Amino acid sequence: MTDALLHALLFQGGYNAALVSLGAALLGLAAGAVGAFTTLRRRALTSDAMAHATLPGIGLAFLVMAAAGGDGRNLIGLLIGAGLSAALGLFWLQRLTDRTRLTEDAATGAILSSFYGAGIVILTVIQNLSLGRPAGLEGFLLGSTAGMLMSDALLIAGGGAVILALLVILRRALAMTAFDPSHARMMGVNTRAADMALLLLTLACVLLGLRVVGLIMIVALLITPALTARLWSDRVGVVALMAGAIGAVAGHLGAALSLVLPDLPTGPAIVLITFAAFLLSALFAPGRGLIARALARARLSTSVRT
Amino acid sequence: MVSPTPIPMPETALTITGLTVAYGSVPVVATVSARFPKGSMTAVIGPNGAGKSTLLKAALGLIPAVTGDVRAFGQPVAKAMPRIAYVPQRAAVDWEFPARVIDVVQMGLYRKTGLLRRMTPGLKAQAMACLTRLGMQDFADRQIGALSGGQQQRVFLARALAQEADLMILDEPFAGVDAATESTIISVLHGLRSEGKTVIAVHHDLSTVPAYFDRVLLMNRRVIAEGATQSTFRRTLVAEAYGNTLLTAIPA
Repeated sequence: MTDALLHALLFQGGYNAALVSLGAALLGLAAGAVGAFTTLRRRALTSDAMAHATLPGIGLAFLVMAAAGGDGRNLIGLLIGAGLSAALGLFWLQRLTDRTRLTEDAATGAILSSFYGAGIVILTVIQNLSLGRPAGLEGFLLGSTAGMLMSDALLIAGGGAVILALLVILRRALAMTAFDPSHARMMGVNTRAADMALLLLTLACVLLGLRVVGLIMIVALLITPALTARLWSDRVGVVALMAGAIGAVAGHLGAALSLVLPDLPTGPAIVLITFAAFLLSALFAPGRGLIARALARARLSTSVRT
Repeated sequence: MVSPTPIPMPETALTITGLTVAYGSVPVVATVSARFPKGSMTAVIGPNGAGKSTLLKAALGLIPAVTGDVRAFGQPVAKAMPRIAYVPQRAAVDWEFPARVIDVVQMGLYRKTGLLRRMTPGLKAQAMACLTRLGMQDFADRQIGALSGGQQQRVFLARALAQEADLMILDEPFAGVDAATESTIISVLHGLRSEGKTVIAVHHDLSTVPAYFDRVLLMNRRVIAEGATQSTFRRTLVAEAYGNTLLTAIPA
């Protein structure tokens, strides 16, 4: 098994496996870097609601495509459905927050659970239809690289590259909007557009991550690398780069693991790796790590006593 | 009774006409009109909840107004924005944000860098000079969360200086800062005034009003009085704004 893992890690597990691994790494890079800004703008939970809100769209898109006589599992078709459904979820989230007394976190919880519930119902209906063969949509819940097509991997890699390019262009406006929106607006930054762009970039990461990480766990790939990187740096650019690097390593490693252990869904594998990175950083990071802080306290108390 | 030759008005930096702001259906600023002449330094004073911060934020378009017209240097405020700098209350931002002191000051240069242009050595030097003006040059690489309240206030002011604005609006710049910081800030503000710039500040410490400011806008949801400190900062007027007469230190 170690041999097979090594092969997968070194992109030698076959052409298809190499593409899947590369796709997962690019996805992790994009999601980590975007997630740094999403968390700084305090939209982490919004991204989770967005991810869960994709499920009804996935199911409905499958039904539409199957009814039209096509392949219900076409990834692009499913992603369009997922995107529309997530956009609807965001629209209602905004309305609930603006027009009712619900606070944003409560509205987020309401949207997340009701869309997810609706999605599960639609998936159950699909399972009970006699469509000849299993739809295989459960892979979108926890992520699965099994049966991933080369075109899927290329779509993910290409999408990740576009997301990163946009992030590089928008980084200054996004950072200023996250730190002090009023000041950013006064300096001529269109903060509404910046917020919308950040939301769309986050949505793009969620959509690209559906196949690999799954909608339940994609939020972890957005948030955990950002929190981890924050322990190492005080500069927003460095935090975003490091978060991207952590996401890339986790994506690559997780995809390789899941190729070697076909029963292991990719999502949990990737998420556990990001969490391990967070745990190690929380312990060992210089300055902010628990050990560094304990040492600093100990040094201070001895110097005070003598 | 119109005089045949109009009296020349001193040029005005900011003109607020009939500005009303409401939170929900409760008006917190009611038809306020005020003029801030160019080169003047005005204290906006009034009790808690008088709508001082709200007035300035609405004048800048940071929060919506119900009615009213605001002009800066004769133009609509949105158009004159490049000439205006605003220093918010310190509590307005998250100081745990991953940024160093110099990064925050460089945000004041955004109009020169835009989305993509490089932060040139010249611009970096300009940001550094703003920090030096506030005695913060040794803290340039410090994380902003590791600063004291007074130091954070100075960083905000340095960011505003970097904008090279002609009108500087500050929301309680002296709140919770120590005496050394207060004297640094006031000397920078007086320096701006002597360069012909206009300063407007929400101010709470009535004892320093005559020493710091040449004009006063006294308000409590509406304007109580407006004008030169000497004629406006008077016991009866201040008492009218604050609703009591325990203000013996103020000239009658």
